[in-house]
Amino acid sequence: MWIFILAELLVFAIFFASYAFARSYNVELFNEYQQTLNRDIGAANTVILITGSLFVVLAVRAIRDGKVMLCRNWLLAALGMGSLFLTLKIIEFADKFGQGISLSTNSFYMFYLSLTFFHFMHVILGMVILAAVAWKAQQGAYCMINYTGVETGASYWHMVDLVWIVLFPLVYVIR
Amino acid sequence: MRVYLVWLLLVMLTLLTWWAGKAGFSGEGLVAALLASIFIKGHFVIADFMVLRDVAFLWRVLVHGWLILVSCLIFLAYWVGM
Repeated sequence: MWIFILAELLVFAIFFASYAFARSYNVELFNEYQQTLNRDIGAANTVILITGSLFVVLAVRAIRDGKVMLCRNWLLAALGMGSLFLTLKIIEFADKFGQGISLSTNSFYMFYLSLTFFHFMHVILGMVILAAVAWKAQQGAYCMINYTGVETGASYWHMVDLVWIVLFPLVYVIR
Repeated sequence: MRVYLVWLLLVMLTLLTWWAGKAGFSGEGLVAALLASIFIKGHFVIADFMVLRDVAFLWRVLVHGWLILVSCLIFLAYWVGM
């Protein structure tokens, strides 16, 4: 899983560098259209993902203590945070698409939509992994001496969080 | 207890980032401050949330290296664009 996580991080690094260097050749355009983004939703989604990560940490601690149902409940709480993130992101996307904005509108929106949609898909994958881990926990697949699956799912979720921690300031704020 | 303090620090740095955007700050100072904020947040997520304290030194170097690489590339790109 760590190899997979590093591969994902490298892909995002290429995306981030591409955005930053593309911006350096179109500073005025990127600064102008960055103002159209909803920073309130971006910041709220950062807090939501950070809180989801805290819940995942608490799930790992619970299974280490042998508290299987508590572990499952923290994972369900993290899934709730993931759902909230997706809901806010859909509201944000709907607003942009409603204004007729698309990948071909300009290079800023091309990067904004690509980057955030790529991350959106990773949140969905992270939620699928957490849901599978929660279901397996419910079935009694993990205990205080066997919880590698919980740690693996947790690591993927934290990777999704880490990427957003870079993405939000880079795309929504830095100018 | 430490994990709750880390969460609080991450939330506070996020609110500062949001405020900097709302206030309309721009320029080298903002870029440097936000990159520092990204590095601090990223470090704590890697060290305290990803439980990398327990894994091999190489993995910690690689993930922290990713964070440093991304921060340097962003800074370089903004420097080029100035």
